[in-house]
Amino acid sequence: MLAPGQAVRVKLDWPETRGPCHIRTPHYLRGHQGIVERHLGRFPNPEDLAFARPAAVLDLYHVRFEQKSLWGEGHPGDAIVVELYESWLEAA
Amino acid sequence: MTILQTDSDRLLLAVRKLLAEKAIATPEEIAERIAITDAANPGQGARMVAKAWVDPEYKALMLSDGAKAAEAVGIPMRGMPPLGVLENAPGIHHLVVCTLCSCYPRAVLGYPPFWFKSAAYRARAVRDPRGLLADWGTPLPDSVQVRVVDSTADYRWMVLPMRPEGTEGWDEARLASLLRDGDMIGVTVPSA
Repeated sequence: MLAPGQAVRVKLDWPETRGPCHIRTPHYLRGHQGIVERHLGRFPNPEDLAFARPAAVLDLYHVRFEQKSLWGEGHPGDAIVVELYESWLEAA
Repeated sequence: MTILQTDSDRLLLAVRKLLAEKAIATPEEIAERIAITDAANPGQGARMVAKAWVDPEYKALMLSDGAKAAEAVGIPMRGMPPLGVLENAPGIHHLVVCTLCSCYPRAVLGYPPFWFKSAAYRARAVRDPRGLLADWGTPLPDSVQVRVVDSTADYRWMVLPMRPEGTEGWDEARLASLLRDGDMIGVTVPSA
């Protein structure tokens, strides 16, 4: 399990280019680095639930991204916090 | 006949019939869920916020488990997603958005306002939150950090705003009457 404070990167992946899919990871975060704020629980993968497929239960994390690192501008200290599944995160 | 040729009422009727036939949901269960959804309104979240302002124990419960705190004041949460509560403080302001669709803490605030689903709100909340807040009449000083919370997955999020000055000695009902839906997703802040 990922610990609070750990640096992670959102996978630079575009499953929507490979066929029908349901994704809960916003475009604007793909490939960006963030910090794990906390573990939110374990939930069945919505990418499978949406197609009524058997769904693995995944760890869900609140991950913080600095505004400046996402957009190249923004007020220092401002951040976006997003729920992301372990399957989309890799060590940064 | 294809789905495109079927009007939405007929489609809904067919889906409901299938749900019953396959024993997924009875007509009574669907009616109950619609009634609960229709009955939810910002007054419910306002009661929670007002109680948290006067009762430190309740506030602690609300911040650790929003759904339990909602149930504790009689708000039905069965079958609802977990509810996370974000505490505003003198140095931090939370703003809730769902950039992917329209996730909203319906159990405690009711149906979302129409603009919550607009592409403009969803895009600008993450790209230019301070500009968006200024347009809402909620300018933030540089000393306050913004936390935009993008509801992307299994949680729903509501904001616990700061108690306004000038409300010393007010009871919960009077405090609750100050609160609007926007205060509880952070586009506005309550004032007395």
